[in-house]
Amino acid sequence: MNPIISISNLSKVYANGYRALSDINLDIQSGEILALLGPNGAGKTTLISIICGIVNPSEGSVTVDSHDIINNYRITRSMIGLVPQELTLGMFDTVWNTVCFSRGLFGKKPNPIYLEQLLKNLSLLEKKENEIMTLSGGMKRRVLIAKALSHEPSILFLDEPTAGVDVELRKDMWNLVERMRETGVTIILTTHYIEEAEAIADRVGVINKGELIIVDDKQALKHKLGKRKMMFVLEKAIETIPASLASWSLELSPEGKQLTHTYDMYSTHTGIAELLRAVDSAGLLLKDINTSQSSLEDIFINLVHEQS
Amino acid sequence: MNTHAVKVIYKYEMLRAWDTILQSFATPVIITVLYFVVFGSAIGARIETVEGVPYGAFIVPGLMMLALLTQSIANASFGIYFPRFTGTIYEVLSAPISFVEILIGYVGAAATKSLIIGAIILATAGFFVELNITHPFWMLSFLVLTCISFSLLGFIIGLWADNFEKLQLIPMLVITPLVFLGGSFYTIDMLPPVWQTVSLFNPVVYLVSGFRWSFYEVSDVSIELSLFMVLLFSAACIVTIWWMFKTGYRLKE
Repeated sequence: MNPIISISNLSKVYANGYRALSDINLDIQSGEILALLGPNGAGKTTLISIICGIVNPSEGSVTVDSHDIINNYRITRSMIGLVPQELTLGMFDTVWNTVCFSRGLFGKKPNPIYLEQLLKNLSLLEKKENEIMTLSGGMKRRVLIAKALSHEPSILFLDEPTAGVDVELRKDMWNLVERMRETGVTIILTTHYIEEAEAIADRVGVINKGELIIVDDKQALKHKLGKRKMMFVLEKAIETIPASLASWSLELSPEGKQLTHTYDMYSTHTGIAELLRAVDSAGLLLKDINTSQSSLEDIFINLVHEQS
Repeated sequence: MNTHAVKVIYKYEMLRAWDTILQSFATPVIITVLYFVVFGSAIGARIETVEGVPYGAFIVPGLMMLALLTQSIANASFGIYFPRFTGTIYEVLSAPISFVEILIGYVGAAATKSLIIGAIILATAGFFVELNITHPFWMLSFLVLTCISFSLLGFIIGLWADNFEKLQLIPMLVITPLVFLGGSFYTIDMLPPVWQTVSLFNPVVYLVSGFRWSFYEVSDVSIELSLFMVLLFSAACIVTIWWMFKTGYRLKE
């Protein structure tokens, strides 16, 4: 199956010489939710902006449904909806006028029934005649989503959709994304929040310093890069790790009451049974044993840290 | 052609004028009335006729041009600058729309507003002087061409400006002097020979001259030359805007 978005050797160097993107290659499948993670200035927004036509690429190409975004911009842009990071709205416009404007701008004839349903789904119907300046921050973000969906796009870009919104609205947004996925919309979102990517994305890409470090299925990423930790809580503090345990990758906590062993749980031989026997042989009295699995956050931090 | 996009941009811009109706339509009319009082009554009492036309009636085309030029530039420049300033331009840039459609929407609306203002000023002038439009077709043609060409210039200014000061800079420091020195209130043969030659480099001279000819068959330059210069100016503006969109100047990085 052809990808709905295909990015090949894409680079962007701004006029001041700043390289925002370096040789990005990425295929996005129809109907999936892809989360792009990365620290500030990593190049996430630049990547989205190029695909949407707001920023010119320096090198490389992007196709949307096999159409080049520059040569066939009318086709590609009509398929895309964009929710920008900033609350960029005409503050004196009414909610209704602004969504009608967006729909027309993308070449769609007026459809009040569709737009009313859209506003209803976003809990905005009661506010349709309100001026945008009278709405709360969360409501304004919903208006941006309504504008992006007003022309019934098959691809939706959400640039940090939950930045600065409260927990309740964040959960609402996640539900909304889930509902859109059910209608077959492909969703690409950028976020700082690893828990957001973990909660709603199918695949996760990590961008840092303009480079796409890794992109993979969320679970596969955890399998590949996730580490498992086993913590031995000791009855009595020790000063050093016994010599008989030196061959194991163990770390002693500063207070000497916890030994931590990090291992790959998906390797063919984890050696846990041998380690337990070795700990017992070393005469260490155990009070408790805990295990934990790396979260996407740990993976993300490690990847970015390694690249730095 | 994305006609829906053209329609919504045009409608949006026209609604903006309606929301600020006093500023959009009443202000230029009041200013024009003041010009009639000062130039028409006070000065006109000392200059009875110019080339056989009563001075009060003689300045009507010039006054209309003064209002049309400043309003066309102001409307079009603000229309495109404001979305750039607020950031809402992202939507236009990401829409399936060409620069031609964007131009028709924004410049069309700015030119329409100027046309309405021109019509109101003409009607207002009718209360002060006796109007005689010898060539109504050419009068209307010059009116429309002027509104379009200077709305195009305003659009360029709105794309070029990166702050509100620059938005006002060209209209205040360039356009207003050009209009006052472009024969709005006199014929250029009233000037010393050197200044007559200098005036020929002022594009507004051709507009005012052609427009005045359509009223009274009195002109500084030939009607054909006037028409050619207006069309040339419009073409130069369109090419400049095309280049701005092609390169993304002040629009895309």
